[in-house]
Amino acid sequence: MEKVRRVISVIVANEAQVLARVSGLFAGRGYNIDSLTVAPIPDTQLSHMTIVTHGNRRVIEQIVKQLHKLIPAFKVIEHEQMVEKEMVLIKFPIESPIADIQALCTAYNGGIVNVGTDMLIAMAADEQQRIAHFIEAAKRYHPIEIVRSGVVAMER
Amino acid sequence: MKMSGAQMVCEAIIAEGVRTVFGYPGGAIMNVYDEIYKQNAFRHILTRHEQAAVHAADGYARSTGEVGVAMVTSGPGFTNAVTGLATAYMDSIPLVVISGQVPLSLIGTDGFQEVDAVGISRPCTKHNYLVRSIEDLPRILKEAFYIARSGRPGPVLVDIPKDITGEIGEFVYPESVDLPTYKPRYKGNDRQIKKAVEAILKAKKPLLYVGGGTVLSNAAEGVRAFAELTQIPAVETLMARGVMGARNPLLVGMVGMHGSYAANMAMSETDLIVSLGARFDDRVTGKLSEFARYADIIHIDIDPANIGKIVDVDYPIVGDVGTVVAKMTEMIRERVDPDRYSVWRDILKRYDELHPLGYEDSEEVIKPQWVIERLGERLGGDAIITSDVGQHQMWAAQFYPFDRPRQWINSGGLGTMGFGFPAAIGAKVGNPDKTVINVTGDGSILMNVQELVTAAQYGVPVINVILNNHFLGMVRQWQTFFYDKRYSETDLSFQPDWKALARACGGEGYDVESKEQFDEALDAAIASGKVCFLNVAVDRFENVLPMVPAGGALYNMLLEHKEK
Ligand SMILES: Cc1ncc(C[n+]2csc(CCOP(=O)(O)OP(=O)(O)O)c2C)c(N)n1
Repeated sequence: MEKVRRVISVIVANEAQVLARVSGLFAGRGYNIDSLTVAPIPDTQLSHMTIVTHGNRRVIEQIVKQLHKLIPAFKVIEHEQMVEKEMVLIKFPIESPIADIQALCTAYNGGIVNVGTDMLIAMAADEQQRIAHFIEAAKRYHPIEIVRSGVVAMER
Repeated sequence: MKMSGAQMVCEAIIAEGVRTVFGYPGGAIMNVYDEIYKQNAFRHILTRHEQAAVHAADGYARSTGEVGVAMVTSGPGFTNAVTGLATAYMDSIPLVVISGQVPLSLIGTDGFQEVDAVGISRPCTKHNYLVRSIEDLPRILKEAFYIARSGRPGPVLVDIPKDITGEIGEFVYPESVDLPTYKPRYKGNDRQIKKAVEAILKAKKPLLYVGGGTVLSNAAEGVRAFAELTQIPAVETLMARGVMGARNPLLVGMVGMHGSYAANMAMSETDLIVSLGARFDDRVTGKLSEFARYADIIHIDIDPANIGKIVDVDYPIVGDVGTVVAKMTEMIRERVDPDRYSVWRDILKRYDELHPLGYEDSEEVIKPQWVIERLGERLGGDAIITSDVGQHQMWAAQFYPFDRPRQWINSGGLGTMGFGFPAAIGAKVGNPDKTVINVTGDGSILMNVQELVTAAQYGVPVINVILNNHFLGMVRQWQTFFYDKRYSETDLSFQPDWKALARACGGEGYDVESKEQFDEALDAAIASGKVCFLNVAVDRFENVLPMVPAGGALYNMLLEHKEK
């Protein structure tokens, strides 16, 4: 069966162990996690997890059902029509061409967010695919460190 | 009312109507044991190993349909209980296991007898809790029982730090449970059920594939009625033995690796599988690409994750088997023509005549299958039969005439050797009027043999029928078939003195070397009123047949084994 990429949101009760239940489920059943983000939903007792995974149709269906089965899982959304964003931070040496980097960041919804004595940090926030392009382009300026946030998504 | 956390645990157990708790004390759970000492509302049975405590609670649950409760201390007490949890989890058995934990302030410090109980048990419980505050305790206890028995049942662990059982708090046991994230669905979707019914009416060779879920759902009566009305033949899984009733003419037999020829051929040739609380286990399907190639599938299961997990399903129905079958019966009643499936029934009858389930009896040596048949003749529908894991388990499943659900108790999913004896103790405690027999092997019985002492102390007269082949027989069989008879570490020729062993622990033992002796020993064992070993010397090299070799197609069964 053909493998597909899927973005899944899980709304969970904001309680102890819940992240371990989700990650343990993926580990125990041999599912892939490409990225996982989690943060509380404002003014609720819930958290929103966004999981990017891949697998064949049967596996994806099982992931959704098994997530649903977790007692603290309130809702599982297999995204179809979504807005997805990922953020990346990249550290460059201070000697880098700042204007060029600034221009690059602008093209990917970002900018220079910190300038120190011997380095600067740039940021971009965009779709995962475009973030990959951004990182590709940034490589030409010899980045020292790259940190990706993982995807967050919202159904349209 | 103000009370200690330990008292709350006891109050919850009482409020849930639990009559017997199985357990083993230790430091972290002592507060609770102190409260157990002070009360009379429920009985506590001290097993001699925590694994046995959980299996006993499990046997109690399987035989009565109630939630089983076990109690253990932290660290090694808990880790000993893990096999019990996993066993119950695989077979969807409702249990609440209470474990002590080191005090909150010590959690995470590698304290004495600290182990991450919720971490370890996460993949083998339906849900688990580490109680962090006395305020949460009443709610958590209530939820634990509710989650254990509702939906697809399963074991729930409640891990309670020692300072919380010692602390005083306000106790109001909740009347109901409010879990917005957990809403099991019992009623199937009517439109889906309707479609399934239409498919059944159109099918030529439909087959009821009856699984353990029908036992859990107490749906046996409804399933039998549905079969009776429609005259659709049925196969049972290992977990469903007894649901259709051994004498039911519609029962084709047990399906799977050691299923009957007719049952496996039925599965292979049916054009419509009606799966009732079964989960297409690999021991049932054999090679998937060859499995039920001509069949559409109706899959009724309370757990949506079971549907579509192994095979593609044409008519998925999420719901309680009993409820859905009742609805199907109502919809099909006026419309079904039972004659429609008569050709199909005849085909299956011919398959059964071609290769009936059987064995070659002998006058020189006792055949293990004979023992089971004899037990069946003697005890029939009355007894509860538990078993361990191995050849004896399969022979019991094949040859005992199970008449009703909950009569047959075995570890089907996890295949836990050592399950049978403690489970039998639990079953006997829950059903004091019934004869309880554990059909076991000379390997398995030693895995919880210490329970002789428990059974003797509490006067639980369970009879262990040891089909003694001086081998880890099932593994030996695979070595015979698939490893050129290299009997690596399966020879159990070195044996204990079984009679003496039973007697040393306060039970009774009998060595059986002939059929006559078997009858005498069984009579004596029943009359003794004690926990017993019936050590039956059986043919060492008997094999369980038919057999679908692992990974082979279900219709390719080894029907006999010829010595090369
Ligand atoms: C705890 C555990 N360990 C190992 C196994 C693997 N195993 C399956 S059957 C079997 C042999 C059982 O021997 P015995 O109890 O004598 O029964 P027999 O097959 O001879 O009837 C073994 C070792 C198991 N199922 N459970």
